[in-house]
Amino acid sequence: MSAAAPVLEVEGLRVEVERTGIDIVEEITFDVGAGEVLGLVGESGSGKSTVGVALLGHARRGARIAGGHVRIEGRDILGLPADQLRALRGRTVSYVPQDPGAALNPALRIRLQLEETLAAHGFGSSDDERALRLEEMLDEVLLPHDDQFLRRYPHQLSGGQQQRVGLAMAFACRPRVIVLDEPTTGLDVTTQAHVLETVRSLCDAHGVAAVYVSHDLAVVATLADRVAVMYGGRIVELGPERALFKNSAHPYTRRLVEAIPELSGRHALEGIPGTPPRPGHRGAGCFFAPRCMYAVERCTTEFPPAARVSGRHVVRCFRHEDVLAVGARERRPAAPRPQGPSETLIRIESVNAAHGDRQVLFDIGLAVRPRECVALVGESGSGKTTLARCVAGLHRSFTGTIEFDGRDLPHDARARDRKTRREIQYIFQSPYSSLNPRKTIGQIINQPLRLFFELNRQQRYDRIASALDRVQLGPSVVPRYPHELSGGERQRVAIARALAAEPTLLVCDEVTSALDVSVQAAIVDLLAELQRDMQLGLLFVTHNLALIRTIAEHVAVMSGGRIVEAGKVDDVLDSPQQDYTKALLADTPSMETALAAAERE
Amino acid sequence: MSEAAAVATTPPLVAPAQPRPVVLLLRRSWQQARTKVGVTLVLLLVGIAVVGPFFAPHSPSAFVGAPYAHPSSHAWLGTDNLGRDVFSRFLWGGRSVLGLAIAATALGLALGVTIGLFAAYASATADDFLMRAMDVILAFPSLVLALVAVATVGPQLWLLVLVVGITTAPRVSRVTRGSSVEIVERDFVRAAEAIGEPRRKILLGEILPNVASPLLVEASLRLTYSVGLIAALSFLGFGLQPPAADWGLMINENRQGLTVQPWGVVAPVLAIALLTIGTSLIGDGVARASSGIERGSDEE
Repeated sequence: MSAAAPVLEVEGLRVEVERTGIDIVEEITFDVGAGEVLGLVGESGSGKSTVGVALLGHARRGARIAGGHVRIEGRDILGLPADQLRALRGRTVSYVPQDPGAALNPALRIRLQLEETLAAHGFGSSDDERALRLEEMLDEVLLPHDDQFLRRYPHQLSGGQQQRVGLAMAFACRPRVIVLDEPTTGLDVTTQAHVLETVRSLCDAHGVAAVYVSHDLAVVATLADRVAVMYGGRIVELGPERALFKNSAHPYTRRLVEAIPELSGRHALEGIPGTPPRPGHRGAGCFFAPRCMYAVERCTTEFPPAARVSGRHVVRCFRHEDVLAVGARERRPAAPRPQGPSETLIRIESVNAAHGDRQVLFDIGLAVRPRECVALVGESGSGKTTLARCVAGLHRSFTGTIEFDGRDLPHDARARDRKTRREIQYIFQSPYSSLNPRKTIGQIINQPLRLFFELNRQQRYDRIASALDRVQLGPSVVPRYPHELSGGERQRVAIARALAAEPTLLVCDEVTSALDVSVQAAIVDLLAELQRDMQLGLLFVTHNLALIRTIAEHVAVMSGGRIVEAGKVDDVLDSPQQDYTKALLADTPSMETALAAAERE
Repeated sequence: MSEAAAVATTPPLVAPAQPRPVVLLLRRSWQQARTKVGVTLVLLLVGIAVVGPFFAPHSPSAFVGAPYAHPSSHAWLGTDNLGRDVFSRFLWGGRSVLGLAIAATALGLALGVTIGLFAAYASATADDFLMRAMDVILAFPSLVLALVAVATVGPQLWLLVLVVGITTAPRVSRVTRGSSVEIVERDFVRAAEAIGEPRRKILLGEILPNVASPLLVEASLRLTYSVGLIAALSFLGFGLQPPAADWGLMINENRQGLTVQPWGVVAPVLAIALLTIGTSLIGDGVARASSGIERGSDEE
């Protein structure tokens, strides 16, 4: 695509911790041509965002760019003095942050913020010229440019609109390089699809070199021309998108690809066992060796050099030839879903609920049978979390009936009897918020034991240990505090807390959306297994349609507070009846679709 | 399941369990020079107040010389307006100020924390009612409120503690509520509600530990103010009654002889000043340490 000299060249980039000199990222080398999108993927802690901001000559507080070159059109920006760097940022290289809500100034109107960007770089010679450019910018990101829109404050825009404003600001001064740091995380699939389209067309139209930082491989596959996979602060594989995903030469890339849930897939999700190494805990050899099924003696002593697989496809693995020779591994098929008995565990009938004056649920009817998993999918604002909270007794203002085990459930969790409270357990979206930071893991899991069972000390400890064992954590975490654990481990603790109560119905509210893809796969796999083994009824709330085939038998699609389509998972996904479901399926980023499209080209 | 097993056997990279967050906070506070200075000052003055009386050369009420006599080997800091030994009265006079201030602060903290926690967790109506009630108390200058109460009932020590405690409570409750409202919204509180944890346990077990650091800072600040307020009230004659020895009272008794024999005023003033500087330095140290901790390790 870019035969001419690349716009952005990164060579031997190293960022380290200022105080200790421990490397955060090292030996980062890649280039991006005009109009090209490079996807930079990796799990959290892999250093991908650090590389992203380093492209603007910036390092987070406490970190320092310690070596290497970042050249934009041949000019090395790392040695530049602060004022030249400031002039460069926004004009030659710009940045789109992850959370547009936090990046826009809440006290300033949209017009002022956009004008500021232009004025700061002396773009346009007069107010009229800038006003014209402003209209153009907003047209490019498909936002209205009438006065009424420009007078709004950031909080009056939707998440998608906020991110478009962020894009408009980033493209305002026609930069040569743009860094996008997970700009669609937290957006709905429909909005995400539109934002991705906008990014693609802007890069093509203006010949911008883009670096798209993301943990979501399906999104990267949809958007990027080439992909760099980061692990432990280094790029382990770099190549054209199709070659990299179809013929992954690094075992890590291969495992990442296998962890992605697919809409069509009836295979089990497989996470990657173990955790990625943190800065300062990286060994002498290949960082992935402890988690790698191909690892040999040599992998533990020296870091593999870059090897060329073909053309522009580069990998850092001693055994890449063996990995390639194996070919795509047969993915384990999903375990058959057992047929639930005919009686119902929980029946929701004509439920209407409101947040204050605003009605958010309309006439909801749904049933979950014992030992059955029902998925509830929909975009944010569709009311799925409210419904889940009604079931858990956390959202009290609703009308209609929720029957559990044939008995009418009181609305408030406090009004329910002890047995009911024990049998319905709720797992929250973010394990960063659902575990008390001032309690140890042991104290956290002990809470339901203390409330629901009369146990002595030893029995309690045994139950805590066995609950942790069920979620594949050792008893060594008992005296630890939540902040000492990774996101995936915290979510396992939250699951262990729910299991300790010995529930019959587990309500899971977006339990994987705060986690990495590889961790998400492991958690979903774990939940599916637990549900089978412990014969739990499961209400699985998610916005990710690709997940549900793995775990659920039935699915209800929600939109605007109503259930628009419900049925068996295979029926709904294979032949959706409603337009809304069809649109949702089409917008869900999928690696298979992306690869198929690349093949056609 | 084979990979599942691998997860369990992979040794975690984290260091052995950390001490309790509060212990960690105190340890980090201690690393600050200001905290060490503050603790030294407070220990010194508490030492004087507690064990001082045992070393007093004279009885605090004995007449040992002429009024306003200059320091001598007999009376190290001279004598006061009635000819009593200033040094002995100084050693005796700290107990009441310190004891009353600590009791009042404890009362204020207990009231304020209870009201603040309750307001943060209760319905909007109860929250409004409680916090507006606190505003009403805050609207009166605390000294005026104390004067009114003491003037009506008479100078009783328990009344002093009660009034200073009540005027301390609104500020504590504001800090408690302010830090708690954000905690109340977190999901671990919802999790506790969903399994039917009693309200009292949610307040004390889930929310309170999360607001401990701002409360520690506030406690030291309130102690500082209580010492000042109690001393001021004794100075005005609403605290301990003559002939008792009390730092506030001493300042009042000896201010007329300030030019002749300054020690009768200077000694208690210095003591009160150093004590309040000490407590506020400690508060400052804790505040700095806690902001470092919140930044450092709480969230990713």
